[in-house]
Amino acid sequence: MKYTIGEPIRDTKAPEGPIEERWDTRRFSAKLVNPANKRKLRVIVVGTGLAGGSAAATLGELGYKVTSFCYQDSPRRAHSIAAQGGINAAKNYRGDGDSVHRLFYDTVKGGDFRARESNVYRLAQVSVNIIDQAVAQGVPFAREYGGLLDTRSFGGAQVSRTFYARGQTGQQLLLGAYQALERQIAAGTVEMHTRHEMLDLVISDGRARGVIVRDLVTGEIETHLADAVVLATGGYGNVFFLSTNAKGCNTTAIWRAHRRGAYFGNPCYTQIHPTCIPVSGDYQSKLTLMSESLRNDGRVWVPVRAGDDRAPADIPEEDRDYYLERIYPAFGNLVPRDIASRAAKNVCDEGRGVGPGGLGVYLDFADAIGRLGKTAVEEKYGNLFEMYERITGEDPYTRPMRIYPAVHYTMGGLWVDYDLQSTIPGLFVIGEANFSDHGANRLGASALMQGLADGYFVLPTTIGDYLAGGPFGDVDQASVDQALGQVTGKIGRLLSTGGTRTADSYHRELGRLMWEYCGMERTEESLRKALERIPELREEFWVNVKVPGDEEGLNQALERAGRVADFFDLAELMCLDALHRTESCGGHFRAESQTEEGEALRDDENFAYVAAWEHGADGVPVLHKEALDYEYVKLSSRSYK
Amino acid sequence: MTSTIDRGLATTPVPRRDAPPKPSARRTKPPAPRGPARRPGLFGSTNGKKAVMAVTGAVLVAFLIGHMLGNLKIFLGAASFNSYAEWLRTVGEPAVPARSLLTVAEIVLTAAVVLHMWSAVSLARRASKARPVKYAKRRSQAGGYVVRTMRYGGVIILLFVIWHLLDLTFGAVNPKGFDATPYDRVVAGFAPARWWVTAFYVVALAMVGLHLRHGLWSAFQTLGLAAGRRRRFLDVFAAVFSAALVLGFVAVPVAVMIGVVK
Amino acid sequence: MNLTLKVWRQNGPADTGRMVTYQVTDVSPDMSFLEMLDVLNERLILDGDDPVAFDHDCREGICGMCGMVIDGVAHGEQRATTTCQLHMRHFEDGATVTIEPWRAAPFPVIKDLVVDRSSFDRIIQAGGFISVPAGSAPDAHSVPVKKDDADDAFDAATCIGCGACVAACPNGSASLFTAAKITHLGLLPQGQPERASRAVAMVDQMDLEGFGGCTNTGECTAVCPKGISLDVITQMNRDYLRSPK
Ligand SMILES: Cc1cc2nc3c(=O)[nH]c(=O)nc-3n(C[C@H](O)[C@H](O)[C@H](O)COP(=O)(O)OP(=O)(O)OC[C@H]3O[C@@H](n4cnc5c(N)ncnc54)[C@H](O)[C@@H]3O)c2cc1C
Ligand code: HEM
Ligand code: HEM
Ligand code: SF4
Ligand code: F3S
Ligand code: FES
Repeated sequence: MKYTIGEPIRDTKAPEGPIEERWDTRRFSAKLVNPANKRKLRVIVVGTGLAGGSAAATLGELGYKVTSFCYQDSPRRAHSIAAQGGINAAKNYRGDGDSVHRLFYDTVKGGDFRARESNVYRLAQVSVNIIDQAVAQGVPFAREYGGLLDTRSFGGAQVSRTFYARGQTGQQLLLGAYQALERQIAAGTVEMHTRHEMLDLVISDGRARGVIVRDLVTGEIETHLADAVVLATGGYGNVFFLSTNAKGCNTTAIWRAHRRGAYFGNPCYTQIHPTCIPVSGDYQSKLTLMSESLRNDGRVWVPVRAGDDRAPADIPEEDRDYYLERIYPAFGNLVPRDIASRAAKNVCDEGRGVGPGGLGVYLDFADAIGRLGKTAVEEKYGNLFEMYERITGEDPYTRPMRIYPAVHYTMGGLWVDYDLQSTIPGLFVIGEANFSDHGANRLGASALMQGLADGYFVLPTTIGDYLAGGPFGDVDQASVDQALGQVTGKIGRLLSTGGTRTADSYHRELGRLMWEYCGMERTEESLRKALERIPELREEFWVNVKVPGDEEGLNQALERAGRVADFFDLAELMCLDALHRTESCGGHFRAESQTEEGEALRDDENFAYVAAWEHGADGVPVLHKEALDYEYVKLSSRSYK
Repeated sequence: MTSTIDRGLATTPVPRRDAPPKPSARRTKPPAPRGPARRPGLFGSTNGKKAVMAVTGAVLVAFLIGHMLGNLKIFLGAASFNSYAEWLRTVGEPAVPARSLLTVAEIVLTAAVVLHMWSAVSLARRASKARPVKYAKRRSQAGGYVVRTMRYGGVIILLFVIWHLLDLTFGAVNPKGFDATPYDRVVAGFAPARWWVTAFYVVALAMVGLHLRHGLWSAFQTLGLAAGRRRRFLDVFAAVFSAALVLGFVAVPVAVMIGVVK
Repeated sequence: MNLTLKVWRQNGPADTGRMVTYQVTDVSPDMSFLEMLDVLNERLILDGDDPVAFDHDCREGICGMCGMVIDGVAHGEQRATTTCQLHMRHFEDGATVTIEPWRAAPFPVIKDLVVDRSSFDRIIQAGGFISVPAGSAPDAHSVPVKKDDADDAFDAATCIGCGACVAACPNGSASLFTAAKITHLGLLPQGQPERASRAVAMVDQMDLEGFGGCTNTGECTAVCPKGISLDVITQMNRDYLRSPK
């Protein structure tokens, strides 16, 4: 696949000056909208996860008229609900030396120096307010006997700054945002449309002015217009078919916006989580995350010999390879996510994997049970063990768990400036849907922080600055008709193909291909193969997919087919991005770029930039580079040996 | 693959969504359905009705306790029992005319029964409206056999009370008629030859027992007084209490029938 | 394993539905219940039939989107488990499995097993929140919360809004769902100012939606995938009766 190099991006709109003052500076310089005018301004927010839900609620509180969409039957079901671990904030309630600056530093370093300093600093500053807001809303965070908030430590940090609500932090935070949103719906400031899917963006006079959505219940195609559009539609990990994302997670909204001119930032940055329940068969529809905390007490191993299919209990110590402890004696089983994931892949590639298909490694608690006793282990991990048993039917107290890495989070997304505005004026992108503040690798517990920072605090300020520049005039009817025509044309085409394979089966095949060639380890060869294979498969999809039913009423197969079609296009851009970035960084591991010990090797000279891809006029991608400068954190390389 | 149509069931008529307007560039929907125009208020609300049921139920339970204790006086002999019945009629005299306190009690009891039945009926009707289409297959997970007797059990109790009043209060169906002493009426009513009366009483009392087995703790729950460990206690208490009550009542007809009281 | 499925099919809200029987073969015991339905649907599509519509999203038991009555039990017989987390190893080879949607007037059927649960959202709209606009919150440590209260509030707050409680309740009551939210917010100091008005408004809204009243039968808590306790209903009743109407 060809691409061209375009103009570099020089201005991200971040204010100048000392980093501590930039957000204040921006807030002060932002134009305000007077309250009477706010009532006349309409903002569309697509998505009701932590980012979209908090944004819509806050904009409603400020007095804007908000129209909000989600594809589920209730805003409360956005996939933020599934986040387990916790949320970071630089509260320093423990007095253990945490500070805004330290959270900033950890995040930049954790992102392997591919995130913007200004944005990350702001994120760390705002993190403090998020916890206050959530507590005031009634989010039942874990507490200590003194009545104060409890925290724990999480990967990539030496301080205890992660706030949590048992294993359901995302759920509790989302319910807080959801309740705030429902309050605004009752107050009449937010108009909520559930079971609606965004299928295109309306652009008029160069500005984002509306969306085309499908009412998933009636099948009706609707146009909604506004003065600005906010996308908060989450991540696109489902391009791999199997991931820890919800079944409905899709790229359609952001991909359509990309097609209409929004740049796509770093599409290839994907996070693969090491401790998921492995695939058990071809029918598998989704992967389930097991909390990372299990690695504190579990020991990871595989048989020494390839093809050793004895039951785990029958494999004596000398025939076991505790490979993480062997390769990384200093960190052992606690190496960061990307490293643990890759190591598991390597042993499975050697044919030493366990369980169905040889895609799994043991996570063994026998030592821990022997050392601490079964009760202590049960107290710590009881609910996780139960969940594991429910899914696999195996008892982890007597038989080691099997785990395998799975696609978890996408650091890439639509490119946005410091104001969270995309390259299309009036189109703002927040949460996992933007290319975000995590660089090439996201630290645990910071996605929730980012989504809520965007939605409660950053966007409501910056979007006002944009809206104050209005009014933007009437929407050009021709552009609406054009978008409507494209949407109905695509639906019509999907329904009329009448082929012999379901959209799901294509999605599965695309996913397998992406996992194989653009997954945990990428090589020039594998990526070229993918770039050859994806267009072929896409072509076949468009002539051979079978979508039953018609466009009226609820048609879940049609919904799925539309999403798969966009995944094909996105997959291609991901591979291209991965191919062009010949360095390894964070979640992006290019086999060609590794140290002698097999660790990721960054190439700061050539790749210290954000890759922002434009959908070129004739479909040829154009690469715009946004250089990354590090003034406050010195570039260094990570080591965990 | 085979696919056969099994059977048909009527479904709820669901209001069709508004006729979809043609897609237009300016379409906005009306705001989501909002708060009610008229709120149900205490007695209109399901919670309020339940509270009425609980309070009236409590009145009825209080009556039953007293009634059972009074009945047990029969074991102390005819005089004791008759004077108790007499006392019921004369209590409060001369401050108030004869029978006035008893009449008040009767009015309260009647009101309680009526209100109790009103709330039971209106909740039952609400429930059947809330599930217009029944399940083809349904299995209880709470093991609530007792719970399922509440509604028809209540009706049986009502029928019993009617019979009972005709029998022992008005003497209409009693062999001794209205003029005999209460003691005689009881002894005659449960005479061994009339074993079927006793049988009917026993069945009815079993229903009362079941009704209270659930009703007792349920009333506390309804009034918001049965959370946590308190509920487990109340659950046991309800079982013991209703068993004791039933035994206390049953003792009389059984004693008459087997000739202990004659 | 092979199964006979009796599935409720209903083309739309206006259709009168019917039970349709399907045979599914080669079901793996490791499949989840929804994956088994995926297999059925894949084959229905290829045979040119309409696939069975059912709601689902996270498939890990947390979003509350999935839910069907399986053999007469909401979410199937395995306790504390959502439909998506139910696995086929709990069924016997050759068994006949009856699958129906949640049945309640306030949950009208949209299609097949998909029902409209927006009545739940409206109950929350009536008062299931603490009014605190973004940016106005005091420091999180300004109000300590007793650990026990925080833990109990958390237990109530884990409700996923699936609607199984309504589906299982013989009265079609939404008490467990409504009470879970009233209890969650009512246990926290932050929730006190609106506590009384919240309970009244939410209970009233529940009634207006057409849900039945609770007669303490306990079916709801038995099928609740999050094991929400009847204590929340006690709390709701208490708050309701003690609030000025
Ligand atoms: C299993 C799991 C565990 C995690 N654990 C943690 C953790 O412990 N800590 C942490 O910080 N992060 C965690 N994460 C990451 C974090 O949860 C997500 O990145 C974050 O919640 C994303 O929020 P969001 O608001 O951007 O998107 P989402 O919550 O995914 O919301 C997307 C919204 O967009 C809507 N939508 C999507 N497409 C369309 C469309 N085409 N039309 C209309 N609406 C659409 C959806 O309906 C939904 O409302 C975890 C993620 C997963 C999957
Ligand atoms: C007249 C016929 C009666 C009918 C139709 C009737 C019906 C009912 C019903 C349907 C309930 C609700 C059950 C539930 O909570 O699940 C109930 C509760 C109750 N009944 Fe009755 N009942 C009758 C008579 C009585 C009598 C005679 C007594 C007293 C001895 C009584 C005492 C109670 C109590 C204490 C409750 C519990 C209230 C609550 O659950 O809040 N009932 N009754
Ligand atoms: C087997 C046990 C019972 C016996 C032996 C018994 C006996 C009697 C007698 C003798 C009277 C007449 C009292 C009088 O006129 O002075 C009476 C009245 C009455 N009984 Fe019973 N009874 C029994 C059970 C019940 C039960 C279970 C109920 C209710 C559920 C009940 C409800 C009443 C009522 C409502 C009256 C009328 C009271 C009045 O007139 O004020 N009885 N009973
Ligand atoms: S209370 Fe339980 S059953 Fe009811 S909606 Fe909540 S989680 Fe589902
Ligand atoms: S099943 Fe129904 S009757 Fe009450 S206890 Fe639960 S809501
Ligand atoms: S699909 Fe989310 S709970 Fe079952």
